[in-house]
Amino acid sequence: MLLIECPYCGKRHETEFRYGGEAHIVRPEKPEDLNDTEWADFLFMRTNTKGVFAERWYHANGCRQWFNALRHTVSHQIIAVYKMGEKPPVSDQGSEDR
Amino acid sequence: MLNRTSNGGKIDREKRVNFVFNGLSYAGFEGDTLASALLANGVHLVGRSFKYHRPRGFVAAGAEEPGAMVQLEEGAQTQPNIRATQIELYEGLKASSVNVWPSVDFDISAVNGLFAKFMTAGFYNKTFMWPRSFWMKLYEPVIRRAAGWGRAPTVSDPDIYDRMQCHADVLVIGGGPTGLAAALEAGRAGARVVLVDEQKELGGSLLSLNREIDGKTAIEWIEQAKAELAEMPDVRILTRTMLFGYYDHNYLVALEQKTDHLPLKDRSGKVRQRVWHFRAKQVVLATGAHERPLVFADNDRPGIMLSGSVLTYLNRYGVFPGKNIVLFTNNDSAYETALALHAERLKIVAVIDVRNDVTGELPDKVRELGIQVLEGHAITATNGRKRVSSVEVRAIDPGADKYTGHSINFECDLVAMSGGWSPVIHLFSQSQGKLKYDDDRVCYVPEKSVQEQQIAGSCSGEFLTEDCLNNGGVAGRIAAKKAGFSPKKEHEPLTVQEPEMGKMEPFWVVPGNVPVGEGSAKHFVDLQNDTTAADIALAIREGFESSEHVKRYTLTGFGTDQGKTSNINALGILAGILDKPLADVGTTTFRPPYTPVSYGALAGRNLGNWSDPVRVTAIHDWHQKNGALFENVGQWHRPWYYPKTAEKMQDALNRECLAVRNSIGVLDASTLGKIDIKGPDAAEFLNRVYTNAWMKLGVGKVRYGLMCHEDGMVFDDGTTARLADDHFLMTTTSGNAAAVLDWLEEYLQTEWPDLKVYCTSVTEQWATVSVAGPKARKLLQKIAPDMDLRPDSFPFMSFKEGEVAGIDARVFRISFTGELTYEINVPWHAGRAMWDAVMEAGAEFEITPYGTETMHVLRAEKGFIIVGQETDGTQTPQDLGMDWIVSKKKPDFIGKRSFTRSDTAADNRKQLVGLLTDNPDDVLPEGAQLVLDQYASKPMPMVGHVTSSYYSATLGHSIALAVVRGGLGKTGDTIFAPLANTTITAKIVSPIFYDPKGERQDGEV
Ligand SMILES: [Zn+2]
Repeated sequence: MLLIECPYCGKRHETEFRYGGEAHIVRPEKPEDLNDTEWADFLFMRTNTKGVFAERWYHANGCRQWFNALRHTVSHQIIAVYKMGEKPPVSDQGSEDR
Repeated sequence: MLNRTSNGGKIDREKRVNFVFNGLSYAGFEGDTLASALLANGVHLVGRSFKYHRPRGFVAAGAEEPGAMVQLEEGAQTQPNIRATQIELYEGLKASSVNVWPSVDFDISAVNGLFAKFMTAGFYNKTFMWPRSFWMKLYEPVIRRAAGWGRAPTVSDPDIYDRMQCHADVLVIGGGPTGLAAALEAGRAGARVVLVDEQKELGGSLLSLNREIDGKTAIEWIEQAKAELAEMPDVRILTRTMLFGYYDHNYLVALEQKTDHLPLKDRSGKVRQRVWHFRAKQVVLATGAHERPLVFADNDRPGIMLSGSVLTYLNRYGVFPGKNIVLFTNNDSAYETALALHAERLKIVAVIDVRNDVTGELPDKVRELGIQVLEGHAITATNGRKRVSSVEVRAIDPGADKYTGHSINFECDLVAMSGGWSPVIHLFSQSQGKLKYDDDRVCYVPEKSVQEQQIAGSCSGEFLTEDCLNNGGVAGRIAAKKAGFSPKKEHEPLTVQEPEMGKMEPFWVVPGNVPVGEGSAKHFVDLQNDTTAADIALAIREGFESSEHVKRYTLTGFGTDQGKTSNINALGILAGILDKPLADVGTTTFRPPYTPVSYGALAGRNLGNWSDPVRVTAIHDWHQKNGALFENVGQWHRPWYYPKTAEKMQDALNRECLAVRNSIGVLDASTLGKIDIKGPDAAEFLNRVYTNAWMKLGVGKVRYGLMCHEDGMVFDDGTTARLADDHFLMTTTSGNAAAVLDWLEEYLQTEWPDLKVYCTSVTEQWATVSVAGPKARKLLQKIAPDMDLRPDSFPFMSFKEGEVAGIDARVFRISFTGELTYEINVPWHAGRAMWDAVMEAGAEFEITPYGTETMHVLRAEKGFIIVGQETDGTQTPQDLGMDWIVSKKKPDFIGKRSFTRSDTAADNRKQLVGLLTDNPDDVLPEGAQLVLDQYASKPMPMVGHVTSSYYSATLGHSIALAVVRGGLGKTGDTIFAPLANTTITAKIVSPIFYDPKGERQDGEV
């Protein structure tokens, strides 16, 4: 079970959180301007990263705030957490295949 | 007792302990395990093997024992498949063999040899692929009888289990020399240390080996370490505690046995086992090493044991498992066992060593005693039915697939073998650590950690006691430092008097006088799963060459054993056949639990009423007193229907439905999800999450809305009222309230943080009494005399606030039944008072309480959907015939863009229709598949299924809702539901069966 640091509450067990999938997928401003392929890309297509992955977490059984995390998908190490709307901190572990 | 030394060992010879095995009475001493006590009594035969039903005895002395499992105790207390080597003996213990029929001495399956012929490698895989009927009728019953081990208890578990959460700075796993040294050093640095060990006492290998540490006996050193640890306030020692799971971010789980060592009569009322959940800053893995068996012909006979385990039985339990002993080894450690056995005046028949030119401290000492040592020899056959009686030994013929040289026969009653030592890397592997093969040490050792951990002692391949102690101390210091503590000055390294160990030589499989796999001899690799060297060869011949494939095909390393003794041997044999270096074969993954854990322990106190929260409304007591039956809706217990004495379900539903249609019914609707939505942008927000328009909804008005996900599929529905310009009250389906709130908050936080809106769950703040029926206005007027209820003043889809029965209330005029309905909302605590007032005022109208089932019938008569029943996440509003609620003017809302995707817009999607059966009394089963051609050949093309189906007392016939491909264009067509014994014919109709024009919603004026 992961130990996740909520930016608002601190370190808590994974069971307090809900996973929110890949981060930084912005809902298109004007969905009508997208063709079917582009819209399907937004709806369904996600990267399947082996390495450092930016993802969303929701402290559902806590402060109920959404936030982002950089997690290594092999080691599950969480490299950073940051608030919604913030840019991911630069990670030097992106290419390392641990 | 037959096989006891005259003194020594960690047993109390003053305290006799009586026990029963397979119906016979025996005695052991306090401090014995069931295994040591049985061996002391000369009992070697404990069970039969998994597939072949061969006689099996003890191989090891601890958790790594692959075969000697018993059924412990009887009745509710019974436990199947417990290793006899891990059972502490207690007065009155009862155990019996598993996997035997009719008895361990005479087993039918073994006599027939029935299974040996067809249960080869891949047996399960192959038979699973045979025709299904073969599996069901032939194989499964036969296998169930023949295979598998003990019997699960048939009554519920009477014991109490606990759960503990623990945060440690340094968690040390293993209480042997390494772990003790680590705990001491980490403790001295001031860290919160937890030391766990599976045994009842600390010491690990020091309890089995005669070692001198800094001039003290090992036992004295252990006592000194224990005393120092006991003085440290932040050190917790957990014995009888098996750490069985190592999960992410140093989350580890252990099972502490608190009463399993006590006589049954002393256990009642006490917590039997406690599951510890640790989160540790640093972990020290001091899990030690397991000895490997050698793989030779018929190496599974009772009396063939691991050499180190024989030493443990001798030194720790004062038991010698045999009197005429052959040792078989590829390393020096067996010589130490030989010396110890010889010192007890037991006969060492011979030491068989696969190596040549064996010299060194231990072999030299053995030779000096005049013991025969055969170098470059191996055991090529064993004899004896229920216990080994002799072995055949031949000179090794390097490279040959069979050894046909002169054979020497040695009579013996015990073979002590050593194939070398494997670090116990199970927990390291569970923690995702990477292993590497060490050619010098002939084993896999930890290479790279993923988590915050230190690995020390035998677990890291350092097998000497002195290295374990000093290595462990260093690990403890590093762990404490990394956990934020400052270790004090270093101590002088400890010195240990111990024999030097020569080089070992890997020898993965010993051929007999015929090649492996030929003839009747079996070379067992995994004694728990009955996997042989020939099985591995067969797997490779059949194309399964990767270690993970071989594991699955042959079952090596499966089961409760998890390959503790077999894993490396299997890999060695695989590498040999493939002619690859062992390092290139790769290990398989070890999975938790390290040893089995009962469901009772994992469940802890979360049983019965404590297994899941139960939610009830403020009116629940009334429902119970008045005979309601309940159904679960999420965690809510809702009244299902209210049968009168001797009334059948359908009769009750008919009565409840007709009451609503003809007079008045009352429903406890408190469970409906309620979300308070407030803020200047609240209307704009609703406009984006619902499919219809919300900006212009007037204050005091209510609107129905559908919510979709971005993919355009319906997700929830409900009514929302505008309480003020910037204030709404949303209702959701009872089971979906939390999900909807999450959904709203997700969009507010992640997509539209600019919107000024708050969402608050108020489900449990408002109790709701829903009064429905043509006479509802008359009833309400009695208890709300000041409220203007005339339809033009209080129209459908609006609400009023005011006093009802003297209680401040919000009354909503909405309807899920099609009848005039008032939903009276009052603060939760006043729910019961309001219900009572309504019941009293309704007496003259014969007001009838109704439950969820009647609610479902009534809404189906009106063609109202239930999200989750008519929908399954693949229906758009259009599929449900609800295009009318999808705004064409709003530029954007969640789901809108998806409605024009080619798949979503296709016209042959499953669409909501009504069904009327040709026979009005036929009620279609919900879930029934529908076909257009009842004579189509099988598999019939299915075009949809029934989603809701009821008998309608109002209409006098059955009704059903269904989703059917292109159903919206098939009105009037005939459709069929083929069932097991009959086919029901139905006509596709509009889903609105009752009052299609909505003329009844104003009730009696
Ligand atoms: Zn939080």
